[in-house]
Amino acid sequence: MSARAEFLAGVRAELPLLVGAAPFGMIYGALAVSSGLSPVAAQAMSLIVFAGSAQFIATELFAAATPWPVIVLTTLIVNLRHALYSASVAPYLSHLPAGWKALLAYLLTDEAYAVAIGRFREPGEAIGRHWYLLGCGASLWLMWQIVTAVGVFLGALVPPGWGLDFALILTFIALLVPMLVDRPTVVAALVAGATALAAAGLPYRLGLALAACAGIVAGVVAARMRPARTQVQEAQT
Amino acid sequence: MSIELVWVTLALMGLVTFLTRLSFIVAWSRISVPPLAHEALRYVPAAVLAAIVVPGLLMPEGQIDISLGNGRLLAGLLAALVAWRTRSSLLTIVVGGAALVALRLAGLDG
Repeated sequence: MSARAEFLAGVRAELPLLVGAAPFGMIYGALAVSSGLSPVAAQAMSLIVFAGSAQFIATELFAAATPWPVIVLTTLIVNLRHALYSASVAPYLSHLPAGWKALLAYLLTDEAYAVAIGRFREPGEAIGRHWYLLGCGASLWLMWQIVTAVGVFLGALVPPGWGLDFALILTFIALLVPMLVDRPTVVAALVAGATALAAAGLPYRLGLALAACAGIVAGVVAARMRPARTQVQEAQT
Repeated sequence: MSIELVWVTLALMGLVTFLTRLSFIVAWSRISVPPLAHEALRYVPAAVLAAIVVPGLLMPEGQIDISLGNGRLLAGLLAALVAWRTRSSLLTIVVGGAALVALRLAGLDG
């Protein structure tokens, strides 16, 4: 396919995800201004960071007057999974000049990766496929900037004290519950939740980073324990 | 936080995110991710989300509150049920938000 056809195919494949992600961008924008960020800073976070869940968490940390090193550290932990996407697409981008690599890295979100990796792995002529990733990433980027602006505008209209912060919790429930499909993930969530409760008194909101790390370790351990238990069960039957 | 510090924080957040995404594409394109790291990173989203949701529901005022007076807990549990049954994020947020408003009007929250 030509570069233009690859780009447009990427945009088309991304469209369903744009519809799904748009409400989150709007809620982010509204939360960001209600957490005390200026409208310009709220929009700038969508431009500079461009990572949905990390942006949500940062609004909460900014609202709680968290020291900046903790906000940056938490952002790093939340976005570390993007290193997996980076490793996964790296072989398909190795022929590109540095500018292309930087641009595609900037656009490498969950939603763009999820769609583009399918195209990269298809058999056949692979030369122009970075245009497909660009189509996915650029369409998501444009949508995210627009809905952020809409959310910032609407959020400024909502008076404080209307429980807009509960929208963050509800958003995260909507994201979390569908993930709980296997036992290690459930264990990771339970341990992280319990640790967050126990560590709520820690200064500088460090409890969040601590709870995330505890949950990750618990998930890995739970996955290790499962085969052993299955063997025991098999031995008993 | 001063406005200058907000901008420095945003810039550093952007930098760590960008460098994470760029890492393997540029620097380590010949190295594969160790299997343990690969596995561990799978649990990051669920762990981070739960670390925010659980205290948000169970300790809305800063201490643990498991009672019918905690409207956020009831509304959150209902939202979780909706998320589990429907997998619709929009429906989850709408039902959960409506439930909290209804509980407040009924005088059950706070």
